[in-house]
Amino acid sequence: MNRFSFSRWLGILIKEFIQLKRDRLTFGMIVGIPIIQLMLFGFAINSDPKHLPTAVVMADPGPFARAYVAAMENSDYFKIIGSVDEREADRLLDRSAVQFVVTFPVGFHRDLVRGKTPTLLVEADASDPVAVGGAISVLNHLGMEVFAPDLPGIKLPTAPSLELRVHRRYNPESLSAYNVVPGLLGVILTMTMVLMTGLAMTRERERGTFENLLATPATPVEVMTGKIVPYILIGLIQVTLILLAARWVFDVPMHGSLILLYGMVLLFICANLTLGITFSSIARNQLQAMQMTFFFFLPSILLSGFMFPFRGMPEWAQAVGNVLPLTHFLMLVRGILLKGNGPALLWGHTWPILLFIAAVLALGLKTFRRTLD
Amino acid sequence: MNSVPLVIDVTGINKRFGDKHVVRNLDLQVKQGEIFGFLGPNGSGKTTSIRMLCGLLTPDSGQGTCLGLDVLKESAAIKRQVGYMTQKFSLWDDLSIAENLDFVARMFGMKERRAAVELALEELDLAGRRHQLAGTLSGGWKQRLALASCLLHRPKLLLLDEPTAGVDPKARRDFWEQIHQLSAAGITVLVSTHYMDEAERCHRLAYIAYGTLLASGTAAEVVASQKLHTWQISGDGLHGLAERLRQLPGAELVASFGATLHVSGRERARLQASLEAFLQNTSLTMASVSPSLEDAFIHLMQGSQDTFGS
Ligand SMILES: Nc1ncnc2c1ncn2[C@@H]1O[C@H](COP(=O)(O)OP(=O)(O)OP(=O)(O)O)[C@@H](O)[C@H]1O
Ligand SMILES: [Mg+2]
Repeated sequence: MNRFSFSRWLGILIKEFIQLKRDRLTFGMIVGIPIIQLMLFGFAINSDPKHLPTAVVMADPGPFARAYVAAMENSDYFKIIGSVDEREADRLLDRSAVQFVVTFPVGFHRDLVRGKTPTLLVEADASDPVAVGGAISVLNHLGMEVFAPDLPGIKLPTAPSLELRVHRRYNPESLSAYNVVPGLLGVILTMTMVLMTGLAMTRERERGTFENLLATPATPVEVMTGKIVPYILIGLIQVTLILLAARWVFDVPMHGSLILLYGMVLLFICANLTLGITFSSIARNQLQAMQMTFFFFLPSILLSGFMFPFRGMPEWAQAVGNVLPLTHFLMLVRGILLKGNGPALLWGHTWPILLFIAAVLALGLKTFRRTLD
Repeated sequence: MNSVPLVIDVTGINKRFGDKHVVRNLDLQVKQGEIFGFLGPNGSGKTTSIRMLCGLLTPDSGQGTCLGLDVLKESAAIKRQVGYMTQKFSLWDDLSIAENLDFVARMFGMKERRAAVELALEELDLAGRRHQLAGTLSGGWKQRLALASCLLHRPKLLLLDEPTAGVDPKARRDFWEQIHQLSAAGITVLVSTHYMDEAERCHRLAYIAYGTLLASGTAAEVVASQKLHTWQISGDGLHGLAERLRQLPGAELVASFGATLHVSGRERARLQASLEAFLQNTSLTMASVSPSLEDAFIHLMQGSQDTFGS
C-alpha cells in the first residue's frame, strides 16, 4: 500500500487554503452564520422537563424529611437518586450528575414540631435556567399538606411552616443567554463544519477534478485529512467570534480555563469535520451532501439539550442525543464556562466524542472511493 | 513476436455500468515507444477503457499488465508512472496556472518541483500568465495546460483522452510534433481521437465500437482488413447524388471526401458495373482509388451497427 507522504499532504493543504481564499461566499458564511444565529437564538425556548435527578443531603433524617422527599418524587418533577453527604453532593452538581441537591438541615424535625420555621436549602444547577424553573415552582407549591395527619404519634402545630431557600448555582439570575451562547457555539460549529467539509469532496466530484486527483498517487487519508485542516482554523475563528460576543455582548461569565475550552472546541471541531468529510465521500453530489448535513443537523439541535432541556426529553430521545457530539459538547462548555470544571470532571463527556470520531473516520475511509466506479 | 517490450498488455477486459455492457472482452497490446491511436464513435467505451488502464475504474473481469504492473492489483504503482490527460478539463479552475502545476508536482512527490514547474511554464509559453486562473483560459489553452501537467512528472506512459479536441491547427501540429519527440525518447503514448489526420500519424491503431474492438494494426492494415474497393466520383452536380449512389447494387458505403464522393464495396466487379451504368449519361467521372482510413472506419462503424441491430 501507499505510505502516507507528508509533502503530498502539505500539497493538498496548500491547495485547499488557496481555494478557500478565493471563495468569497464561504468566507462570508464563516462570519455571517455566527452573527445571524446569535441574533436568531438570542432568546430561549421554553419547556417543562420532569424527573430531574436530585440528590438529598439528610442532616436530620426523620419522618417529616422522608415525607417531604416522597412528596417531591410524587410531583413527577424530581427523581431522587439517593442520599449523600455534602461533599459528594457538590461533586454531583459539578459533574452535572444531578440537577438539584436538597439539604434537610440539622433540627428539621424538631423545629417543625415546635412550630418554628426550618429552612430547606435547594441548590439548583441553573446553567440551563429553563430546565429548573418548573421544578422550583412546584417545590414552592408543595406546601405543608405533605405532612399529612397520618404520621402516628406526632402532634403538629396547627400551621407548620417551612422556608425554602433556593440557590441557583452557576447562573444565579437565570439568564438564558448563559445557556444559549455556549450552546450556540456548538450549533454553529456543527452546522458550518459539517456543511463545508461535506461539500469539499463532492465539489471535486461535480467539477470533474476528482478524476485528476484520483489519477495522482495521493491516498485517501492524505486527501481527507488535508481537506480537514483548513476548516479547523475556520472553526477556531468562529469560536473566537462567538466567545467575544458572549463576553462583551451577553456578559457570560468565563470561570474555567480558556485553554481547556479551546482544547474541547478542537475535539468537537474534529468530530464534525470527520463527519462532514465522510458525508462528502458517501454523497454523489453537493445536493446530497447538503441533505445529509441537515439530516444530521436537525437532531443535533433538537435532541442535544440546546433547544430543549436534555432531561426533559423522553428516554429514547436521550439515547439518541447521547450519540451526538453536540450533547456532550454542550455539557463540556457549560462545565468549563459556567462551573469552572477542570479536566478530571470533563472526561465523562470527552470519551463519547472520541468514540464518535473513531467510528465515523473508519466509515469515511471505508467509503472513500479510490475509483470512479 | 519481436523483442520490444509491451507496455500495455491486457486481455478479456470487461466493464458494465448497471446492465450496460460498455467494454466487451477488450484485448490491447501496446509496445514501448509506440504512438497508439484509439478510435471509435461517441460512447464506444474509449474513455472507460483508458480509465481502467490507469486504475480509475475497476474492470469487472479480465487481466493484464500496464508497465509490467498488474492492472487490477497495482494501480497505485501504475499511477506514479502514468500521465493521464482527461477528456474533460479537470484541473482546478480556481487555482492559477502555476498553482495547478505546483499542486500536481507535489502530488507526484517531485524532488525538483520548482524547476520542473518553471520549465513547464516556459515550454508552454505561459510564464507571463502564470498567475491567471486556469478557469479563465480559453479551451485550447486549457488543453495545453492539461498536457503540460500530465507530462510534469516525466511519466513512462501517456494516456491522452482526446487531447486535441478544440485545439487550433497550429497548436495541434505542435502537439503532434511533441508527441513524436516523446515517442522517440521511448515514452509510450495511447491517444484517443476522432481526427483522421491524427489517426494517420499514429504507429498503430485500434478501432472500438459499442465496447468491442473491431480492428487493430497499422493504418494500412486496418484499411486492408476491410477489403474495400473504392471509386472516387468527381465532377459538377455531385450534391444530392449520395443517396442515389447508396442504392446501387454493390455500394456499401458512400462518403464525401473533400469535393468528391467515395463509393466503396467489397465486391469489386459488381460495384464497378453498377457505377458505370449509373454514370453513363452524366458528365461525372469515376476513378479507382485506394480506400482511405476514413472509408475503412465508416465501413467498420456501419458493420458494427448492423450486428448490433440484428
Ligand atoms: N460512470 C458511468 N456510469 C454509467 N454509464 C457510464 C459511465 N461512464 C460511461 N458510461 C457509459 O459508457 C459508455 C461509454 O462511455 P465512454 O465515455 O467510455 O465513451 P467514449 O468512447 O469515451 O465516448 P466519447 O468519444 O464521446 O468520449 C457510454 O454509453 C456512457 O454513457
Ligand atoms: Mg471519451
